[in-house]
Amino acid sequence: MEFKLTKEQEMIRDVMREFAQNEVEPIAAEIDETGRFPSETVEKMARYNMLGIPFPVEYGGAGGNEIDYAIAIEELSKVCGTTGVICSAHTSLGCWPIFRYGTEEQKQKYLIPLAKGEKLGAFGLTEPNAGTDAAGQQTVAVLDGDNYILNGTKIFITNGGQADVYIIFAMTDKSKGTRGISAFIVDKDAPGFSIGKLEDKMGIRGSSTTELIFRDCKIPKENLLGAEGKGFGIAMSTLDGGRIGIAAQALGIAQGALDETIQYVKEREQFGRPIAKFQGLQWMIADMATDIEAARFLVYRAAYNKANGLPYNKEAAMAKLFAANTAMDVTTKCVQLHGGYGYTKDYPVERMMRDAKITEIYEGTSQVQQMVIAANLLR
Amino acid sequence: MAVKVISEECIGCGTCVDACPFDAIDMIDDKAVINDKCTACGTCIEACPVDAIIKEEGEKKGVDINQYKGVWVFAEQRAGELLNVSIELLGEGKKIAEQIGTDLTAVLLGKDVDNLAETLIKYGADNVLYGDSELLEVYTTDGYTKVICDLIEERKPEILLIGATNIGRDLGPRISSRVHTGLTADCTRLEVDLENRRLMQTRPAFGGNLMATIICPNHRPQMATVRPGVMEKAKYDENRTGNIEKFNPNLKEEDIRAKVVETVKAKKAVVKLEEANIIVSGGRGLGDAEGFKLIEELAEKLDGVVGASRATVDAGWIDQSHQVGQTGKTVRPTVYIACGISGAIQHLAGMQDSDLIIAINKDKDAPIFKVADYGIVGDVYEVIPELINGLDNIDEIMAQLN
Amino acid sequence: MNIIVCIKQVPDTNEVKIDPVKGTLIREGVPSIINPDDKNALEEALRIKDENEDVKVTVLSMGPPQAEVALVEAIAMGADEAILLSDRAFAGSDTWATSTALAAGIKAIGDYDIIFCGRQAIDGDTAQVGPQIAEHLNIPQITYVEELKLENGKVRAKRALEDGYFVIESECPVLITAIKELNEPRYPSIRGIYKGFNGDNIKVLSAKDVNADMDNIGLDGSPTQVNKSFTPPGRGGESEILEGSPKDVARELIVRLKEEKVI
Repeated sequence: MEFKLTKEQEMIRDVMREFAQNEVEPIAAEIDETGRFPSETVEKMARYNMLGIPFPVEYGGAGGNEIDYAIAIEELSKVCGTTGVICSAHTSLGCWPIFRYGTEEQKQKYLIPLAKGEKLGAFGLTEPNAGTDAAGQQTVAVLDGDNYILNGTKIFITNGGQADVYIIFAMTDKSKGTRGISAFIVDKDAPGFSIGKLEDKMGIRGSSTTELIFRDCKIPKENLLGAEGKGFGIAMSTLDGGRIGIAAQALGIAQGALDETIQYVKEREQFGRPIAKFQGLQWMIADMATDIEAARFLVYRAAYNKANGLPYNKEAAMAKLFAANTAMDVTTKCVQLHGGYGYTKDYPVERMMRDAKITEIYEGTSQVQQMVIAANLLR
Repeated sequence: MAVKVISEECIGCGTCVDACPFDAIDMIDDKAVINDKCTACGTCIEACPVDAIIKEEGEKKGVDINQYKGVWVFAEQRAGELLNVSIELLGEGKKIAEQIGTDLTAVLLGKDVDNLAETLIKYGADNVLYGDSELLEVYTTDGYTKVICDLIEERKPEILLIGATNIGRDLGPRISSRVHTGLTADCTRLEVDLENRRLMQTRPAFGGNLMATIICPNHRPQMATVRPGVMEKAKYDENRTGNIEKFNPNLKEEDIRAKVVETVKAKKAVVKLEEANIIVSGGRGLGDAEGFKLIEELAEKLDGVVGASRATVDAGWIDQSHQVGQTGKTVRPTVYIACGISGAIQHLAGMQDSDLIIAINKDKDAPIFKVADYGIVGDVYEVIPELINGLDNIDEIMAQLN
Repeated sequence: MNIIVCIKQVPDTNEVKIDPVKGTLIREGVPSIINPDDKNALEEALRIKDENEDVKVTVLSMGPPQAEVALVEAIAMGADEAILLSDRAFAGSDTWATSTALAAGIKAIGDYDIIFCGRQAIDGDTAQVGPQIAEHLNIPQITYVEELKLENGKVRAKRALEDGYFVIESECPVLITAIKELNEPRYPSIRGIYKGFNGDNIKVLSAKDVNADMDNIGLDGSPTQVNKSFTPPGRGGESEILEGSPKDVARELIVRLKEEKVI
């Protein structure tokens, strides 16, 4: 059992850290304030293969693995939760299903530009009436000659409106329940496909979260991803891996908040000394750091399993459950440690706290994670 | 010449390992062992508490140093004007020449700068070697290098000093490698070891974190580029006389390969930090770019110039031409007022030789207070307006004292 | 077109501190990086490669074995090949000896049109190696380059002066030293990082491999030697902290300055 990064991973971490410091951090507060999607960052990340890290070079990727990918998401999220999720949703949810389940033609046509970052990906499963109960899909897809016709609405879709390629889930056979759900690759300019409401969110405000509207949306039948009726399985296995990305995001947010706070408590003086000298606060910091380390091992163990072809379903769920919880707990305490200043926008911790909350909700709420873990143990 | 550990004397305390700036000592079986990274800087020799480390003399190479006499100074001129550093070099060069007991010669290249040759004598040169040519009017690497190297071959000076200007640092290494001698860059102190007739050249390294004294024992001339603004200027003596040797250099157009096709003066207002008597400098403690307005106000009141720490320049609050420090300019003004500057060593490197240092900083533990003659622990935004106010009412204040 | 870029791995001197008690350098935890000016040099070479057909960029460095990771980074940024000159014989080199070794390395590489170097390294701070290499190779140099254009096999450079710049033209081959104003260096790409570590693009060569002039390399081949090193002394002398309200300290300071005849 070795707890060391490979030399490639060390360099990847250093490069991602520098990139995050120089390119992402300077605009983090602004995109949060204005809700602006950081397209310029996405472009830069594309240049450096950061949008296709775990995919092979022949498919446009960087030729890395899940651990490299988790490192990248963590480093980005330390300074900006928004940028972390843009990369994570694109990679795990937008690209991976095509990598795993796509035909060679689909990989050539879609995966390559996506992994290269020339196109941005998104994943449309959630509906107004199908959140945790994802099986309750109401979007329908009907085969009509050479096309499928899609009708329905998706909500809360990350990268919605900014993405070029969407993995969309719809009912092809209502009578079969979850075995009647299929997955489709939908281009942004497919006729009948439009972007609806842009959500005004508590956190990750620079991330574009929108409604997707399908009104007799016509997509070529070659865009069926996997076989008909296999969509639900595709969605669930995709989310298993996406969990690792979100866990890494949560870990990054927590670490970033703690780093800021350690700096602050050393500088801030009250009662004639830096508040870092007060034991009560020292205990808080010790506990937070320990929780973050625990989260770290869970996240990277899950990534390691996935990278090495080992089962990761339970491990990824544990990582997300714990990391998200830690992120919420740590960021809240970090605001507390900053005192009044922490509540203002002068300091980044209030943004980090608002960003942390979503990690307990999306890509499977913490309650879903518990269900997954329990199911694994109680089989 | 190598550095060796006398194994039998080594007590394995490890002090040398910590002291080595290059990570060149390993502890193997409780004995210090020097590895490949050693640069023979000698720091370990000083650090060793039992004198178990020595330097060994190596083979002698080089030239017959007794054939080389005279201290030479490259008198850089641009557009017919002598740079201040040239005058500083004359001041320093004179001291060295007098200690050794030899002549001071200035090397002047250009076109129609006869008046400068005269000036150089008045500033203390015993001789001026003046190469006058159209091809030397503007500095080119090839032109100046060829002429000076020809002179060196012919006249054999023992020391050649060049100002460490952008041009000096282009010229120095080209000359030193053509004549196969040693060159020490950016010296801040020069001393003479009379016993060996050697120049001891001290200069900063590691971003100013380390000072090194360099020697060039077996090659001549001993060359050094000297940091502008550090040495004292030579005194001007109207009545001084000397020997001006004007010559036509052996130079053809084809000798000059990289050609200057245009000279452009910067459009931005040039901040002559090195020449300022009073500098008011702003640091990160200002909080934002707006703070420099206050700095400018105070500078103007004192008839001084605005300086800046590297942090503010990197943050884009002010132009790089104002930067003081290891990678900025070195200044020795009469008064240096550091506002909101913590006093990181890289900044101190650029201003610690100022005659009077005043620091204003909120943090009473800021390192700047260790070098300041007067320190004010306070908010620059409260203190500076009061200073400006006070300066407006200075007569009143002085009157109140009595 | 063949471009050679000389780079050096250096400690990040911005992170170096002095132990206040022992007066020695604290180098622990100081990361090793590619010298910043060298990154600008490499970036310029890579830009030329981006904008022109058939350009090969080879990176050359002289250093201990651990400097190899700097070359990996250079490959990851986009260089085609890298060579590390590593040999006990090079140890203790001053700038003359370093430039001799690098010039030998360059000759061993073969043809070149442009050689890029950074203006100076942040540990040595001399700015000498670039021009000395040019002299050893007997080619023209343009230092302090803040802008570079290629036109019909010639280079046209803006060469920074303290108060302006020269525009200098030269035929190739030519040696250029880069300053930070020249460009904004790119990051290594993730794919590049894998290529750097696992591709076969890095060679380690000894002094013999490049036919280095053994008399002019290493400690014994260096005309300059370090006589001693020391950490710069503190300023010494007593510091006086003025106390009181802003108005009072301001007054007090003005009085002092007037008395010392500085204002």
